[in-house]
Amino acid sequence: MQFNLKSLALAGVALAMATGAAQARDQIRIVGSSTVFPFSTAVAEQFGQTSGFATPVVESTGSGGGLKLFCSGAGEDTPDITNASRRIKESEVETCAENGVTEIIEVKIGFDGIVLANSRNEPQMSITIPQLWQALAAEVPDADGNLVANPYQNWSEIDPNLPNYAIRVMGPPPTSGTRDAFVELVMDGGCKSFDSVAALKDSDKDKYEEVCQSIREDGAFVEAGENDNLIVQKLEADKEAFGIFGFSFLDQNVDKLQGSAIDGVDPTFENISSGDYPVSRSLYFYVKKAHIGVVPGIQEFIEAFTSEDAWGPYGYLADKGLIPLPDADREDARENARGGMLLSM
Amino acid sequence: MTEMTANPPAAIHSGKAAQARLRRRYGAERRFRLICMGTLAIAAVFLVILIGSIVLRGWSGFLATEMELTVTLDPAQIDAANPAQGNYRTIVVDALQREFPDVTSRSDIRALLGMVSNGAFVKLQNMVTADPSLIGQTIDIWVPAASDIDMLNKGYIERDAPEELRRVDDQTLAWIDTFEADGRMKTVFNWTFFTTGDSREPELAGIAGAALGSFWMLLVTFLVSFPTGVAAAVYLEEFAPKKRWVDIIEVNINNLAAVPSIVFGLLGLAVFLNLMHLPRSAPLVGGLTLALMTLPTIIITTRAALKGVPPSIREAAYGIGASPVQAIAHHVLPLALPRLLTGAIIGMAQALGETAPLLMIGMVAFIVDLPHGPMDAATALPVQIFLWADSPERGFVEKTSAAIMVLLGFLIFMNGIAVFLRQRFEVRW
Repeated sequence: MQFNLKSLALAGVALAMATGAAQARDQIRIVGSSTVFPFSTAVAEQFGQTSGFATPVVESTGSGGGLKLFCSGAGEDTPDITNASRRIKESEVETCAENGVTEIIEVKIGFDGIVLANSRNEPQMSITIPQLWQALAAEVPDADGNLVANPYQNWSEIDPNLPNYAIRVMGPPPTSGTRDAFVELVMDGGCKSFDSVAALKDSDKDKYEEVCQSIREDGAFVEAGENDNLIVQKLEADKEAFGIFGFSFLDQNVDKLQGSAIDGVDPTFENISSGDYPVSRSLYFYVKKAHIGVVPGIQEFIEAFTSEDAWGPYGYLADKGLIPLPDADREDARENARGGMLLSM
Repeated sequence: MTEMTANPPAAIHSGKAAQARLRRRYGAERRFRLICMGTLAIAAVFLVILIGSIVLRGWSGFLATEMELTVTLDPAQIDAANPAQGNYRTIVVDALQREFPDVTSRSDIRALLGMVSNGAFVKLQNMVTADPSLIGQTIDIWVPAASDIDMLNKGYIERDAPEELRRVDDQTLAWIDTFEADGRMKTVFNWTFFTTGDSREPELAGIAGAALGSFWMLLVTFLVSFPTGVAAAVYLEEFAPKKRWVDIIEVNINNLAAVPSIVFGLLGLAVFLNLMHLPRSAPLVGGLTLALMTLPTIIITTRAALKGVPPSIREAAYGIGASPVQAIAHHVLPLALPRLLTGAIIGMAQALGETAPLLMIGMVAFIVDLPHGPMDAATALPVQIFLWADSPERGFVEKTSAAIMVLLGFLIFMNGIAVFLRQRFEVRW
């Protein structure tokens, strides 16, 4: 039983050689938002099955992380496409330009609704955005308009029509894009309707933002982690709790959960698509134009994503929970994307 | 002895106080054992709950629902020169319509087609591509059912629930009943699960891609960390002078073994991706990163194994004229090998279960194609579990648990080898 140093050395050399041989890329690389991930992967899979190109590799890095990678350079070792559950920021476009990524194609692919949902064993709740803000904000105005630490423990204390049990809402942590959108659409939207808070906007802008956007930390709002399935499971177990998550999770669990009406509108496919449901956001992907023609299949991938079979009202992405753009917008977006129209802020 | 006579034992050991003391001591002994047994029992209960819940949820993931279709491979729909581009969707629609001639509206046809998995088209396509002589024939073929039908068949969707609370509507339910009544629907072993890569359709998703990715990654990890780890340990244990800087290195190695694994991921990102420009998502990079992580474990266990070889072996070798290298390579290392391999395998098992460092180097990704080498984009088993656990589709619940069972199986297998090596080859002094 002699210790075979020679074979180990050989293996090491072989490995070093494998390392040296950097290969040209034939797979499209996609990074970005975890919200767009289910849709992007569905297109990638179909594309791989039908187009003859290699199946694109899709990474779930979050919108911000994806744009950071996307904008890190124009070379072949950077991603070709990044998904985002919000529009690219001006600062990000600047970073991109500094690193040589000047030509970006923006494709708006549809909407995602953010829902407030509870167990089907309890009645459906109907709540307004200001009421929801009152339930979840860290500080709320009292009867005289002075800001006090949120005193509401039961929903019915906010409005007698709301259910008479403790406020307990499970939602995403601050790192999540869903949380960003929720804060923007519900928290910012809700606080404006209180005169004393709205008055702050002119006198003390920082304080105004803090009051509007701070979510209470006294236990009524529970950060349940990035995994929406966990929230769904907890709602099944805890009948009096509510959860905040993406529409596709409600869609997949209609037998267990129901979405609360917000400002009187139920979170349904039709209502989100028409824009009536107030808590929805647009989803995008961004393409590096310089990579089209260098990495094979990018143009074809854009065409596959923007085909009616994929993102149309009866396409397979709708089955996955994507809410399509209205017909006219979709037609425009398709032409711009396929024609390679560049992003301009 | 003089004290003994001064205090006769009988007086101390038989008095009332002495007996009470004795009872207390026995009592303390019993309580201690009960507490120890209790903690063990609690651990066992948790283990049973954990494994039980995984098995209970996951066993059905190894089964799949298939339905039989009578398809006509119409030459009008498939070009014999290019069978890969045939209209297989249309062919399946035709087959289903012949089954249910009264279904005519567009939305109903869509619902009808919704019963069949996308895998059906791919299966037909592969069959015809492999054997173009099938074009023009009418054949019976078993195709995978869509995930919702699979869930219904396995009892995860309740038939009795009101229609609006069910993902399968009454009409589809009636169609399924027809299939079942004709014996054209069956539950089979889910081979797809073990032969394909990831998919967005739960009924088509498999762990082969992730398992291969883990394999390539562990291969790289082993090839890098085992030789370097053993060489480092041999030097530190056998040759290094007892100097201050050696102590510092020792302390650092022990510290490294306790560093959170995400830190190694960041290191991998900085060195292998940003500095050396290796491809993202490649098992090579994952393997190198995990090698850094397992290196301290291997060094520490190797040193313990070398310490376990008695000095008399070395001295005997020197005594008959062996050089230090010969003494180590011919005698010490072979004797230490079983314990050394045990350590390496446990280090590998640890690396197999790791996700956090892979996040940083792009291996947490949706990858369909199977990796055929350490440079192909790949993911790993625990990452696959993480991705499925995060998917909205109901069908992924059982797939997640099934994948956990496979991962546990691999871990038990690897630890089993470690135990076997130890028992079979270890020399006791």
